[in-house]
Amino acid sequence: MIAVAKPLERLASELSKLPGIGPKSAMRLAYHLLYSPQEQSTALAEAILSMKERIKFCPVCFNFADGDSCPICQDERRDPSTICVVESPSDIVPLERMGRYKGLYHVLHGTIKPTQGVGPDELRISELMSRLQEGKVTEVIMATNPNVEGETTAMYLCRLITPLGIRVSRLARGLPFGADLEYADDVTIGQAFEGRQDL
Amino acid sequence: MRQLRVYQTQAVVIKQTGLGEADKILTLFTPDLGKVKAVAKGVRRPGSKLGGAVEPLTHSLMTLAKGRNLDIVTQSQIIDGFATLKSDLWKVSCGFYVLELVDAFAVEGSANRDMFELALDAFRYLCQDEDGGDTILRHFELHLLSMVGYCPQLHRCVGCSSSIGSQRNFFSAEQGGLLCSCCGSRDGSSHILSLRALKVLRLWQKSSYPEASRVKVDGKLAEELQQVISQYIRYILQREVKSTKWLQELKKFAVDNTRRGVYNARQSSKTVSDERKLCRLITPGLSKKFNA
Ligand SMILES: [Zn+2]
Ligand SMILES: [Zn+2]
Ligand SMILES: [Zn+2]
Repeated sequence: MIAVAKPLERLASELSKLPGIGPKSAMRLAYHLLYSPQEQSTALAEAILSMKERIKFCPVCFNFADGDSCPICQDERRDPSTICVVESPSDIVPLERMGRYKGLYHVLHGTIKPTQGVGPDELRISELMSRLQEGKVTEVIMATNPNVEGETTAMYLCRLITPLGIRVSRLARGLPFGADLEYADDVTIGQAFEGRQDL
Repeated sequence: MRQLRVYQTQAVVIKQTGLGEADKILTLFTPDLGKVKAVAKGVRRPGSKLGGAVEPLTHSLMTLAKGRNLDIVTQSQIIDGFATLKSDLWKVSCGFYVLELVDAFAVEGSANRDMFELALDAFRYLCQDEDGGDTILRHFELHLLSMVGYCPQLHRCVGCSSSIGSQRNFFSAEQGGLLCSCCGSRDGSSHILSLRALKVLRLWQKSSYPEASRVKVDGKLAEELQQVISQYIRYILQREVKSTKWLQELKKFAVDNTRRGVYNARQSSKTVSDERKLCRLITPGLSKKFNA
């Protein structure tokens, strides 16, 4: 084994804990930082620390936030009558990239997983219900992932919310763009069929 | 003997865990190899060929390649996706419960064709079911226990071997069966088992599900049967079955809603039979309330 100075080895071992970084790339990055100017390392170290210190959960929608509430909840142009429910903060990114949704969000931080003991109490469900009880919301859009646990969570929330007289909708499921009908499973085809629209 | 590089097997996915950005590690239940851990590559990207064919609660025909550590799923063709089960909150939750028990009792690398068929039957019956699934779960549990060597003794006292009469009997999870009234009253950990429950258990233990489902079980009896079997299972596993909590939560939730009149409030716009269907979706037993 090649002898490497201790501080370099320590950095490489920390870097290799990041997703997608193997021991070789970790060592390459460590050498890169060693050869680059001092300011670059200082900026990186500070950015990491301040991110960990300053990013909190938005107390309204539980998205990540810098300070009080998240940028979306603070934006007065957003429509407060619609809430889109997602599993994790990273699910907001593609929905915002689409650019057509103008309502608010609610992040559950997971899905119901009966076999792992994850139930409603482990998710941000009671917080969602108190937002809805304020009476401003007319539609809740379920954007949990289209898999068994995501569907189970959506069905459960629908049961909770419908009695409040609020419309509950679900992102259309079914055949992904570019899919081949022949290889689609019966659940997917069934959902695509039920969700068919007039041409 | 040289192992085959590629093999084909029927499988039900028990659970999935994420691996990196796009892959998943699957725990499969197969008829000839018991539990198998395998990697499904690229399934977290939309449009993946494997996609829905490696979801839990799906019966598939899979092709796997032998890997150094874990085998790799190269193809998966759905035999039955149990769509009816997945589109109903209560049924899908019962399905998760069955999966959790299979995960707890099946063994890696050990064939168990009977258990595989038993689990598939439970999913099929749940799809067809009209009464809420309690009998399906109890029948599944009893037969699963027999298959793994924990068949409860329901004909003789496990303490003194005396035959069981119609006096007060007890069930002991620790001893795996009935205790006569004198042995039972001396054993603080056992619980009284009603004669009705005993008769139903004896019948279900030796009958197929279609036969078992003909027994009329009211709410109180259903609860007793659920409790006695789940205490026994908890004792065998030395832990809780996690999905039990979720099933109980769903039942309680449905009862609370009916009590609050949530469903009655909407009755004006729906026919009574719609209403009954709605409640059956949530939980067993409630349809009876609407008949009353
Ligand atoms: Zn927010
Ligand atoms: Zn005895
Ligand atoms: Zn005795």
